[in-house]
Amino acid sequence: MIEEKFDAIVIGAGMAGNAAAFTMASRGLKVLQLERGEYPGSKNVQGGILYADMVEKIIPEFRNEAPLERRLIEQRFWLMSDNAHTGMHYRNDDFNEEKGNRYTIIRSQFDRWFAKESQAKGAILLCETTAVELIRDGYGKVIGVRTDRSGGPIHADVVVLAEGVNGLLGTRAELRPRPQASQVALAVKEMHFLPAEVIEQRFNIKGDEGVVIEAAGTISKGMAGMGFIYTNKESISVGLGCLVSDFAENQTSPAQLLDLFKKHPSVAPLIAGSEVKEYAAHLIPEGGYNAIPKLFGEGYVICGDAAQLNNAVHREGSNLAMTSGRLAGEAIFQIKSRRDPCTAQNLSLYKKLLDDSFVIKDLKKYKDMPDLLHTQASNLFLTYPQLVAKAMENFVRVDGTPKIEKEKNTFSSFRKTRGALGLLGDAVRFARAWR
Amino acid sequence: MGIEAQFQKVEEKLYQNRYLVDAGQPHIKIAPHEKPSKNLLAMTHLCPAGCYTEAESGQVELAADGCLECGTCRVLCEESGEITWNYPRGGYGILFKFG
Ligand SMILES: Cc1cc2nc3c(=O)[nH]c(=O)nc-3n(C[C@H](O)[C@H](O)[C@H](O)COP(=O)(O)OP(=O)(O)OC[C@H]3O[C@@H](n4cnc5c(N)ncnc54)[C@H](O)[C@@H]3O)c2cc1C
Ligand code: SF4
Repeated sequence: MIEEKFDAIVIGAGMAGNAAAFTMASRGLKVLQLERGEYPGSKNVQGGILYADMVEKIIPEFRNEAPLERRLIEQRFWLMSDNAHTGMHYRNDDFNEEKGNRYTIIRSQFDRWFAKESQAKGAILLCETTAVELIRDGYGKVIGVRTDRSGGPIHADVVVLAEGVNGLLGTRAELRPRPQASQVALAVKEMHFLPAEVIEQRFNIKGDEGVVIEAAGTISKGMAGMGFIYTNKESISVGLGCLVSDFAENQTSPAQLLDLFKKHPSVAPLIAGSEVKEYAAHLIPEGGYNAIPKLFGEGYVICGDAAQLNNAVHREGSNLAMTSGRLAGEAIFQIKSRRDPCTAQNLSLYKKLLDDSFVIKDLKKYKDMPDLLHTQASNLFLTYPQLVAKAMENFVRVDGTPKIEKEKNTFSSFRKTRGALGLLGDAVRFARAWR
Repeated sequence: MGIEAQFQKVEEKLYQNRYLVDAGQPHIKIAPHEKPSKNLLAMTHLCPAGCYTEAESGQVELAADGCLECGTCRVLCEESGEITWNYPRGGYGILFKFG
C-alpha cells in the first residue's frame, strides 16, 4: 500500500497523537498518523476542560481557530450527601481575560480541528485505519506497523504510541502492561442540550462565560469516584466515574449511578427539560506515578493516557497527553536533525524532557494518592460527606437547640462515626499523600 | 415507583448514539464456559452499554452491537481468557458525535 518510509508513524489522533504529529510535521519531518475512528475524536471522550497553556505551547494562536465552547470563570466543588451538597464556589472576574486559562470543549470537534492543523503542516492522516501489529526487526527494534487495510507493512524510524488508555498495540507487544482494574476509572457521560440562554440563567453567566462543577460524596456509593457537570455553549456535560475495581467489587451499574446523580436534588434543576443527545463511556487512567510504564525503547515512545499520564486529583489528562506528545515530537526532531538513529538510548531524551516538565513533577507529588483513595474509599466518599452535611445542617438549621449543644452534636457525630484515632489517621494520611 | 422504574433503560440511552455495526463481525467474544467467573458475572452489572446478560442456564452472554468500546470488560476478563477483545474494523463501531 505505502512504499515510502516515514520519519515517524503516530498511532492515534487524540490529544497526545495530534500534539506529536503537529510538533514533528511543523518541523519538517515526514509523519504518518493512523486513526481507527471514522474521524479524529469519534472514539474519544472528555469532560471536557481544556487547559489553554498547553495548547498555546503547540499552537499559540489556537483561540482564534479552535472550536471552544465556554471560557471558564467559575469552579464549584460539591461534597454531596443524599439530599444535600456542601459547596465551595470560586468565581473570579479576572478569568474574563482575553486569553482565557481554561475552556470547555467537545472532543469530536476539537480533535478534528487539531488533526487538520497537523495536516496543514504536511502530516498524512489515515482515518478508519487500525494499526493491528507493531513490526520489529531481528533485534526487537520497532520498525513499523501493520494495519487492517489491505497492503503490506508501513515502515518508519520511530513509532509514537498515542493509542489511549485502552490501546492494544503496546500491551500486545508487551511494551506496557494491560491496565489493572485498580488503575483505571470507568466514566459514563451524557450530553444534555438546552438553549444557551437557559444555561446562562441557571449558572449565572453571560456570553461565552462558563462554570464547571466537580462533585464527590455519596453519589459514588462509597466507591472512589467523582461526578462532574460542565457547561458548554448549548449543552451541559454530566458524568460520573469510579475505579473499575470498586465497580467490580460492588457490582454496580454505572448507568444507574449516573441516573441517580442526575436525580440528585442539587443536580436535577440544572438539567431539567434538556434533550440528551449522546451517552458515552470511557476509561480514565488513575494509577498515577507508580503505574507509568517504561516510556521509550528501541524505535518507539509511549505518550498520553497509554502511559497513564493522568492527574486524577486535579482531573487533568488532556494537557498531560498533549505535553507528552509535544515533548516526544521535540525529542524525535532533535534526534533526527542530528541524523542519529531512534535507539532507546537516544529516545531517552523524551523521558528526560518529560521528567523536567510539570507532567512527571505533578504525578510524583501525588504518587501515594491512588493507594489512599483505594483503601480509604468508603470513609472519604461515604462517611465524611454525610458527616459534613450533618455538621452544616446543625450549623444552619434554627430550631431552638442552644448552639453549644449543636456544636457538641457535630463533634460527637464525627467522633462516633469515625473514632478520634480514625479521624487523626485519615488527616495524616491525606496530608502525606498531598504533600 | 419500583426500583426498576427509577432508572432509564440502557437501550434507551444507546438509542441516542451513532454506530456503524460491522454485521456478523463481533469485536468481543466470550469463550464457552459452564460457570462464569466473578468478574465475568460482574460484567452483567458493570458494562455501561448493558452488552452482557446472564442466561437462565447461568452462563453469561454478550451482544456487542451497543458496545461503547470503553474496555472495562477487557480490563476485567481478558487476562483470564474468558473473553477476547479487539477493536471493530477501522471506521466501524461507536462513532461519538460529541465525545
Ligand atoms: C469522562 C472523562 C472526562 C475527562 N475530563 C477531562 C477534563 O476535563 N480535562 C482533561 O484534561 N482531561 C479529561 N479527561 C482525560 C482526557 O480525556 C484524556 O487524558 C485524553 O483524551 C488522553 O489523550 P490521548 O491522546 O492520550 O488518548 P485518546 O484521546 O484516547 O486518543 C487515543 C486515540 O488513538 C486511537 N487509536 C487507538 N488505538 C489505535 C490503533 N491501533 N490504530 C489506530 N488508532 C488507534 C483512538 O481511536 C484515539 O483516537 C477525561 C476523560 C474522560 C473519560
Ligand atoms: S468494552 Fe465497555 S461497553 Fe463494550 S462490552 Fe466491554 S464493558 Fe461493555
